[in-house]
Amino acid sequence: MKNYLLSVYQPEGTPPPPEVLEKIMADVAAVRDEMKAAGAWVFSGGLNSPSTATVLRLDGGEVLTTDGPFLEGKEYLGGFTIVTAPDLDAALAWGRKLARVITLPIEVRPFADGPGD
Amino acid sequence: MPALTASEIERVFREEYGRAVAVLVRYFGDIDVAEDAVQDAFTAAVQRWPATGLPPGPAGWIITTARNRGIDRLRREASRAGRHAQAALLHAGGEPEPEGAVRDDRLRLIFTCCHPALGTAAQVALTLRLLGGLSTAEIAHAFLVPEPTMAQRLVRAKGKIRDARIPYRIPTDADLPDRLRAVLAVVYLIFNEGYTASSGDRLIREDLCAEAIRLGWLLAGLMPDEPEVMGLLALMLLTESRRAARTTASGGLVLLADQDRGRWDRGLIAEGRAIVRHCLRRGQPGPYQIQAAIGAVHSTAADVASTDWRQIVQLYDQLAALAPSPVVSLHRAVAVAEMAGPEAALALVDDLDLGHYYLFHAVRADLLRRLGRPGEAALAYDAAIARTANAAERDFLARSRQALTGA
Repeated sequence: MKNYLLSVYQPEGTPPPPEVLEKIMADVAAVRDEMKAAGAWVFSGGLNSPSTATVLRLDGGEVLTTDGPFLEGKEYLGGFTIVTAPDLDAALAWGRKLARVITLPIEVRPFADGPGD
Repeated sequence: MPALTASEIERVFREEYGRAVAVLVRYFGDIDVAEDAVQDAFTAAVQRWPATGLPPGPAGWIITTARNRGIDRLRREASRAGRHAQAALLHAGGEPEPEGAVRDDRLRLIFTCCHPALGTAAQVALTLRLLGGLSTAEIAHAFLVPEPTMAQRLVRAKGKIRDARIPYRIPTDADLPDRLRAVLAVVYLIFNEGYTASSGDRLIREDLCAEAIRLGWLLAGLMPDEPEVMGLLALMLLTESRRAARTTASGGLVLLADQDRGRWDRGLIAEGRAIVRHCLRRGQPGPYQIQAAIGAVHSTAADVASTDWRQIVQLYDQLAALAPSPVVSLHRAVAVAEMAGPEAALALVDDLDLGHYYLFHAVRADLLRRLGRPGEAALAYDAAIARTANAAERDFLARSRQALTGA
């Protein structure tokens, strides 16, 4: 089995109205339950907006603290799910389910194999 | 036993490479290990076969030799604590499978090479490399990119297959239509690259057509029940049949209407038409089958005047219903011009949003010329010339433009 990161990319700007958002959150929860039932779910979560981010950077032996985000962009990482799957097709199948309910682009990326994998 | 020449061994190599790599990818679970092992086996063949002659089953000999050489190589690497080699050795086990499994191996490999998670350029390169047995240098040459660029493209693609675990598997029935479309698109892209390009080394380019047709026959053998697989093969055969007639001795472009039809390859036409008839009987039309049918209608006509344009327009209608696109509408308009005259066709063409496409302007130019509007035709030729980098096409358009004023 292999772990895959399913990232949700969100455009900058105002989020959808509450009634739309609530429906999306309920649908996402349903997919998450399906992942859990299938033994594929490892972790998932939504992130606060990039304006809440703080960046730490080693500079001349000191770790400097600055206001984030690290990357300014029109899109940002809005949340992610980690699934465990036998191969890319299985991970893509989960990603497809998420893309349908979230309606935002999903990037599927394999974790690098660590020692002991 | 007769002695074998280097070119005969080369021929066996090209014919058996894909089959051998496909079996060994399953066996070792790793494309690089499989490729190296098959390469080792061919090196052994080059040393041995000139003396011993061709073994009774060259494919079997290559696969067995490659498997043994691969295991030897992996053992050497594993003893140096190569984790990757250990994994491949663990994966390897058991005896080679019977022919049925080998057949499936090539299908698996095709679907892996054309996986939608890979970019189109990578899909094409992998297919030519792993199934066609073309060298990286040959693929680079055919696609006019520097060899290191092509080598890097292949390394990246193989790295993604390994690291993202793109499976080595025939897709499920539910996924098959989409996945098969991607495979057919790759084969047709290889064919078109060979057919339309006039820059670079012409011979290597023409090899791409031969390679695409070889892949087409391979797919037809592996998936005889998929009508679009047969349709693509027929389309390529019927298009290829006109190759000799479509250029002048100096490489200039000759339009369908002006081609010497005596130079069309009757053998390819017969093969293509037989497949089209078979598809028609099956009655599950698709875009490739319909385009092949259009090619088949052209192939029976002695000249443009006696071509059954009504049937061709009907086939384009059917194609537009299945796969609507402005390019299909443009080709349909060309057929309408023959059936109902250039005026009717120009009205259709002017409705299309294809201003970026050279062929749109070339078709307009020709229709305007036929309608006796040389001033507008000249402008349309200029627009077409500005939008193609293909030397033969530019040349043809420039000559047509000159003929406007010469007449």
